[in-house]
Amino acid sequence: MIKAILIFNNHGKPRLIRFYQYFHQAAQDTSYCKAEDMQQQIIRETFHLVSKRDDNVCNFLEGGSLIGGSDYKLIYRHYATLYFVFCVDSSESELGILDLIQVFVETLDKCFENVCELDLIFHMDKVHYILQEVVMGGMVLETNMNEIVAQVEVQNRMEKSEGGLSAAPARAVSAVKNMNLPEIPRNINIGDINIKVPSLSPF
Amino acid sequence: MLIVCWSPVMVEVWNGPGDKKTVEGPSRMPAPIRLRELIRTIRTARTQAEEREMIQKECAAIRSSFREEDNTYRCRNVAKLLYMHMLGYPAHFGQLECLKLIASQKFTDKRIGYLGAMLLLDERQDVHLLMTNCIKNDLNHSTQYVQGLALCTLGCMGSSEMCRDLAGEVEKLLKTSNSYLRKKAALCAVHVIRKVPELMEMFLPATKNLLSEKNHGVLHTSVVLLTEMCERSPDMLAHFRKLVPQLVRILKNLIMSGYSPEHDVSGISDPFLQVRILRLLRILGKGDDDSSEAMNDILAQVATNTETSKNVGNAILYETVLTIMDIKSESGLRVLAINILGRFLLNNDKNIRYVALTSLLKTVQTDHNAVQRHRSTIVDCLKDLDVSIKRRAMELSFALVNGNNIRGMMKELLYFLDSCDPEFKADCASGVFLAAEKYAPSKRWHIDTIMRVLTTAGSYVRDDSVPNLIQLITNSVEMHAYTVQRLYKALLDDISQQPLVQVASWCIGEYGDLLVSGQCEEEEPIQVTEDEVLDVLEGLLVSNLSTPVTRGYALTAIMKLSTRFTSVNRIKKVVSIYGSSIDVELQQRAVEYNALFKKYDHMRPALLERMPIMEKTASNGPTEIVQTNGEAEPSVVEAKHPPPVTQPTNQANDLLDLLGGNDVVPVIQTTVPTKPASAGGELLDLLGDLSLSGGPAPAPATSVPSSQPAFLLDGLTSPPLFNDIAAAGIPPMTAYNKNGLKIDFTFERANPNPNIAVITIHASNSTEADMTDFVFQAAVPKTFQLQLLSPSSNVVPTLNQGTVTQVIRVLNPQKQQLRMRIKLTYTHKGSAVQDLAEVNNFPPQSWQ
Repeated sequence: MIKAILIFNNHGKPRLIRFYQYFHQAAQDTSYCKAEDMQQQIIRETFHLVSKRDDNVCNFLEGGSLIGGSDYKLIYRHYATLYFVFCVDSSESELGILDLIQVFVETLDKCFENVCELDLIFHMDKVHYILQEVVMGGMVLETNMNEIVAQVEVQNRMEKSEGGLSAAPARAVSAVKNMNLPEIPRNINIGDINIKVPSLSPF
Repeated sequence: MLIVCWSPVMVEVWNGPGDKKTVEGPSRMPAPIRLRELIRTIRTARTQAEEREMIQKECAAIRSSFREEDNTYRCRNVAKLLYMHMLGYPAHFGQLECLKLIASQKFTDKRIGYLGAMLLLDERQDVHLLMTNCIKNDLNHSTQYVQGLALCTLGCMGSSEMCRDLAGEVEKLLKTSNSYLRKKAALCAVHVIRKVPELMEMFLPATKNLLSEKNHGVLHTSVVLLTEMCERSPDMLAHFRKLVPQLVRILKNLIMSGYSPEHDVSGISDPFLQVRILRLLRILGKGDDDSSEAMNDILAQVATNTETSKNVGNAILYETVLTIMDIKSESGLRVLAINILGRFLLNNDKNIRYVALTSLLKTVQTDHNAVQRHRSTIVDCLKDLDVSIKRRAMELSFALVNGNNIRGMMKELLYFLDSCDPEFKADCASGVFLAAEKYAPSKRWHIDTIMRVLTTAGSYVRDDSVPNLIQLITNSVEMHAYTVQRLYKALLDDISQQPLVQVASWCIGEYGDLLVSGQCEEEEPIQVTEDEVLDVLEGLLVSNLSTPVTRGYALTAIMKLSTRFTSVNRIKKVVSIYGSSIDVELQQRAVEYNALFKKYDHMRPALLERMPIMEKTASNGPTEIVQTNGEAEPSVVEAKHPPPVTQPTNQANDLLDLLGGNDVVPVIQTTVPTKPASAGGELLDLLGDLSLSGGPAPAPATSVPSSQPAFLLDGLTSPPLFNDIAAAGIPPMTAYNKNGLKIDFTFERANPNPNIAVITIHASNSTEADMTDFVFQAAVPKTFQLQLLSPSSNVVPTLNQGTVTQVIRVLNPQKQQLRMRIKLTYTHKGSAVQDLAEVNNFPPQSWQ
């Protein structure tokens, strides 16, 4: 089972956090503030573990003490400015998760057209919705990129037809996009299918 | 209504990129800023404080908007909250707003509401109750995406109550023909089963047609569901074994089918599904001949046909290997699997090497020899720069050590210990100790190896390694001279590694005469004088590097040398100096040793004799020694007020401490009393009795019962202390007296908690035969709580020659009259006896 998915940048700034298991500090009251503090501590610890690794070492390491130590593995990929970290238990295949991260990133790339850190910052909700079609309750739901993109698309259109929340400046984001263009994910294999993603209706 | 009147606010006019105007409509208050604006604002913050200030300001605006029950902007506000939540700011005040959004009719609202619920809510019951109804309605919604959102939320955060209430809906959706819903329902069912395992049966009928589904998403999630069910119940496992042919067929289609753009990942057709199926096959085939037989062929096919130039191919191959190793596969197939792992080990990709090491570790138990063939490659991985690979390689290397390769392997591992990062040292050191204990080719090699570890990684070893090594040294009589000489030399080089210093002090104390005599067969003997040795030990006493425990070792060593060396006066002087040490433990020792010089000088040589050979004790023995020689429990130290030397009863305790406490441990253990080995026997016998009467241990012993007598014998607790309490306290009583078995109760009140009565039972036997297998059980009414500690023995000796004691702690918060029912079982003259009795005549002081 996937316990948590963390995305943060090279400075440890969180860009997406999704926990599928509640981590509480032991023997302390588990108020919501504490749960949030705990999540931030986990991010900091994970960042500390991951960021000190070279790019030419393997993509697996044992989880930090907060997240459950050696029972859990951190499986991560580093793309340009972003770290994608999946925290999993022993029931997941390490190499399989590595492929899953690749699928997730390629899907983001399809949805955002050359995805970059700014997309994740300004479309946090969208990223969550995409992830929701890939992983559900800590288990892999769908790995077919076209299917994921199509389903997210339809839902975005439904939202748009309701007027969304406002006609938001998607173009403003694309205007600054080229300022911070990341390298395109490794071994990308999009094939000849190219679903044109219309500019998403954001909030 | 509201929407209509607020809509003008949302009208935006675009005049080109980056240039926009918002046309404000007539409104009571300005519209909340958009999420993007908030993000942009936050990104302009230059310091953490500035960011916090911005967020606080925005939170205040959001709160007031929530208070106004504003429906239009609720979703925008919640979206902003989620962003702040990600940054680590508290957002719990949005929880109820999420519920309101879920209850809304708009898809936009529901979408963000469910997302917020998953991110902000945790397992709090009351909020869940409110949600159950909404989710139930949405599960029956006419739009599949609303149903999907509800399934997703239930599958992420559903509590067991929610799962019980909604399992029926999930089961219905599992049978729908809509694949988008079906795959989500399957994963939701997994969550339901995890939360409420007894609901598993309910999903059984729906699983029948799951595998005939064409859609890969549904197939994938169905396999996950089947796996979960098989792992949870042996019945399900047996039931689903009949699906093996079907799973094999699906797998075959996947590897045989040509390129299908929909499922292709790096040239391989749906590797994720393949991995899942292989995993399920592993569970189904484990320990079952027929199923294993049915999947042999396909596994061989996958193992040989999978393209391995990319990561995905290796992922499948890796899974195949694990399955082959786990099921009852043909021997040829197993060889193939190990060879694949061997290839993995040589792969350039570090990830592949990592999984190879991981899976070899899993198979090393079953196919030891096959893994052994890759030993040199594995040892090479110890030198890898990657810590993850290093750790796996280290674990695997230890698993590969055996009697034949121990010298070579240990050389590599000790070299690794020298050079590795600090985080590895503790694990590596324990690994070396374990392996050395198991496979040491000779005692000398064993001692050398442990000493090598202590010199290179001394500060990282576990606490019990000191007593373990001491025991090992004591038991290898022929090595004493060699060992003490080596340790002395090590001490001259370095006194910073505390465990090494402690062992060295102990050995110099014990075998100091061998050291100065300069007789050593194993090695070139060194010439040292008595004064040099004492200089070194005194150096330890004053060194800043020494811990209090080490100083204790050093002082005791000096004391022991008083019977082995001639320079007794010098030793007397040192000991008397430390009689006024600021360290309580050290002072105590010094005062006692002083007394030994003055009042009991005639006993000194006998007491300081060399330690007898120790028998192998249970693993908890040595750890207690550490306590005995180390820092005492603070409470115990405080408890000691009369100077112990003046108390005759204490004398025995003090004497015992001199012996180092090592062989006292067996006597202490309340569960298994054994006879002490040899020398100093009388003394120990004396103490044996003491420990029995000391069993009714008094107040300070809130610690674990078995460790408590250790403190008693440590010479720090003074018996008069509990005599005092007993005398001042409660009269003893006889609880049972029948067939020659008499059981007396004595009482104390636990100091920290007056509601706890500590009752000690003393069972004695006036018949001519021992009562064996003696078990005392007690029960109290529900208003009390009872804790029975372990008895001192299970044999009540004949003719009142001894007693069995056992401590009962009764918690009596309401101070009610104490009543107890007791059950006694024992074997007497070969026949089993069982008796019940009720005890009502407790003295009132015992419960008031």
